[in-house]
Amino acid sequence: MIKKIVLFCIACMYAQLTFAQIDSTLLNNVIADTGKQTLNMDAVYNRPFLGIGKLPVSLGGYAEVNWQHIGTDGVSEGHQFQMRRMTLFVASTISKKIKFLSEIELEEGGKEISVEFASIDVEFHPLLNLRGGIVMNPIGSFNQNHDGPRWEFTDRPISATQMLAATWSNAGFGLFGKTYKNNWMFGYEAYLTGGFNDDIIDNEMNKTFLPAAKVSAERFEEGNALLTTKIATRHSKFGELGLSYMGGNYNTYKNDGIVLDEKRQLHVFAMDYNTTLPKINTTITGEWAWINIDVPSSFTQQYGNKQRGGFLDIVQPIFKRKILGWDKAVVNLSCRLEYVDWNVGTFNETGDNIGDNLWSVMPAISFRPTAQTVFRFNYRYQLQKDVLDNDPSKTGGFSFGISSYF
Amino acid sequence: MPNLTIQYMFKQLKPTYIIVSILISSIVFLVACSELEPAAPADEDILDGPLEGLTNAQSAQFLAGDIAFNDEIFTKDKGLGPVFVATSCGSCHAGDGKGTPFTTLTRFGQVDHTGNKFLHLGGPQLQNRSIPGFNPETIPTGATFSKFTPPANTGLGFIELVPDSAILALSDPNDMNGDGISGVPNWNTVPSYVDILENAISQNGKYICRLGKKASTFNLLQQTVNAYNQDIGITSTFNPIDVYSGHSIDPEVSDKTVRDVVAYLQMLKAPIQRETENVEIENGKNLFIQIKCAACHVPQLQTDFSIISALSYKTFYPYTDLLLHDMGSDLDDGYTEGSAKTYEWRTPPLWGLGLSPGSQGGKYFLMHDGRAKSIEEAIEMHGGEAAQSKNNFQQLSATDKEKLIQFLKSL
Ligand code: HEC
Ligand code: HEC
Repeated sequence: MIKKIVLFCIACMYAQLTFAQIDSTLLNNVIADTGKQTLNMDAVYNRPFLGIGKLPVSLGGYAEVNWQHIGTDGVSEGHQFQMRRMTLFVASTISKKIKFLSEIELEEGGKEISVEFASIDVEFHPLLNLRGGIVMNPIGSFNQNHDGPRWEFTDRPISATQMLAATWSNAGFGLFGKTYKNNWMFGYEAYLTGGFNDDIIDNEMNKTFLPAAKVSAERFEEGNALLTTKIATRHSKFGELGLSYMGGNYNTYKNDGIVLDEKRQLHVFAMDYNTTLPKINTTITGEWAWINIDVPSSFTQQYGNKQRGGFLDIVQPIFKRKILGWDKAVVNLSCRLEYVDWNVGTFNETGDNIGDNLWSVMPAISFRPTAQTVFRFNYRYQLQKDVLDNDPSKTGGFSFGISSYF
Repeated sequence: MPNLTIQYMFKQLKPTYIIVSILISSIVFLVACSELEPAAPADEDILDGPLEGLTNAQSAQFLAGDIAFNDEIFTKDKGLGPVFVATSCGSCHAGDGKGTPFTTLTRFGQVDHTGNKFLHLGGPQLQNRSIPGFNPETIPTGATFSKFTPPANTGLGFIELVPDSAILALSDPNDMNGDGISGVPNWNTVPSYVDILENAISQNGKYICRLGKKASTFNLLQQTVNAYNQDIGITSTFNPIDVYSGHSIDPEVSDKTVRDVVAYLQMLKAPIQRETENVEIENGKNLFIQIKCAACHVPQLQTDFSIISALSYKTFYPYTDLLLHDMGSDLDDGYTEGSAKTYEWRTPPLWGLGLSPGSQGGKYFLMHDGRAKSIEEAIEMHGGEAAQSKNNFQQLSATDKEKLIQFLKSL
């Protein structure tokens, strides 16, 4: 039976059974093997899970704690201690080829609780799976592959959280599938889900801001349909390339059958890439996205109709050996480069460039006693320009954090 | 054998080394980390920031006003519009500095002291933007208009406290001193929610106003209430009329917030002059006085009593007389407010002038509508009462012009 539960765990496709240190008869640690070749779309499956006794349910999760000391133009917030988030995974196999997966996130000390993911997956064929529930829209790579312990930086990429709305999930249905041939792997996903709302061009950020739609839980009940599709391919040597699109109407053009406005659309294109260089083992992960939004011309240019941005992470393991009793501990040197322009274009009045953009560079050193746990220490230097393109405000500071699956 | 022992010792020591070095570097870090953060710009290089010498209670109100002014963004749910020009005070007054053509206001419909004839058609201010589903206003046919670029709003607490008697003393309606410069105050009606100070001087029920390009606004409360109403489409108990429907609606901003914003504006520090020791700049200032710029841009004024002691009976250096002057036909847009003529403009304070590009996207947009792209261009546009002074400027040698401009940039 125990063996069966383990098999049920979706992570088990790549799992190695290891012995939990506490009570190996009760807890079965199913460690995801991060070394195996997978696509970003597998991230929800490829997580360490814990089976408990004979229960047909496996549990998992991760937590992130941080300290930071960061300041902008001489104004420092001082020492800040943050329990950024705690995320719980619950998975079970309902019957053969039918699985349930969920991810519940508690942020800001439990003030914000959200169901990031909760779906029933039915496999008809490796190339044809049906997924229904609250799904993670596969735009770019970070949205699906966002677990803290996978990254060498205390903060999530700004383009992902402040532009693309990570972690962006919606109620909906879709299909996905995957196939292999020699060194090639190919996957696709297509979902129809709930979507964005008027808040993206009417919010307290004073800019076109996709994450503003996350605030309203109404999107799980009613609202606009959003199509998200992604194709990804991986070559064992060259790495993985993903192309994704997300789009649909975003505004309330009709309520109770009464027409209030014309339909307005939003389109997001993203490209993501990751690879590990042979011999030196450098990992390169990047994502770039373009957003086009139909903002009414009578509204203010404060809210942009074009956005773009992305990040590039370079992670270099500098040594891998036994450290303080951990057998395969790794120390990485990394750097993240980020750019976001929330308002691409020029002012109607002057033809001058609209600002509202940000540059950031973040060198980091991280220590992984095991693949599931990371201690990371970052320095961030960031330049952010206001909408009028005035001299940027400068932000800089350090952060230290621990992120671990449990 | 001894070799092995040494190796063994190292093996044993290593974790200790690692731990000790981690501990030491963490401590060094915690102590030093604020040193590695970006430094604050010098006080003299920025316009925003509080007056020195505020009490803690005043500082707390300053902060509340700062947040309301800079961070409170109005959305549809919070009452934005439905027609408006911008979504927050800070959107137009970035860093409390001057604005750009993007944040410029358009006003229309009044040609003389008899008042605005287009109030029923959306006057006096054009709300040229609207929330989705609504149409913004357009300028009605037959209405003349003018564009107003946001001024810096620092040091206004001082300006508000200049006694009427001092403003009248500077005015010279009949040019008795024969310098070609007259200067008159704007006599305007004041809304009933404004408390009139005891020492205010009135004429036929009208009062001396001092704020705005046409000096048509009495004080910071009136300016703030108008800004919420006309610029953002936000009603208050002071002015409950919705710009779109013309009907009174529920207040969309609280009295407290309005009062906090007024207090914030009152307690913003005055711009600080830079390079005061530089002789070139000292020479530039002398030239400024010599060629009669200072006849309108009066270097120094005094405040009256204020309960905010940091503002009470203070001498300050705004380079304005708060009076209206005939600036010639090129600057006559055919639109006016209060008792001002269409060709009359209030002398703008020149303090903070050199910091203008800091909020204007690295450029200069000077004069009431931002038409001048440099200080020199602004001077060249002076006409009317300022024509003589402008001519004097044109007569200056290139190096003297340079000194004068350097002085203006130091303000
Ligand atoms: C759409 C842009 C815009 C917005 C929004 C805006 N202002 Fe202004 N502000 C201006 C312009 C333009 C002027 C010049 C108006 C005039 O001369 O009559 C001005 C003038 C002022 C002045 C007078 C400065 C002086 O030197 O006479 C103050 C004070 C002021 N604004 C405060 C505010 C406050 C408070 C808010 C928010 C409630 C606000 N403004 C919102 C554009 C704006
Ligand atoms: C007769 C009074 C008068 C005299 C004399 C005068 N000015 Fe002005 N000045 C004004 C007025 C009024 C304006 C605003 C005009 C407008 O907004 O269109 C102004 C605007 C300016 C501006 C632009 C300020 C801004 O914020 O946009 C500068 C710079 C300036 N003056 C400098 C000078 C200099 C230098 C001299 C001497 C050569 C001078 N002025 C003489 C009345 C005067």
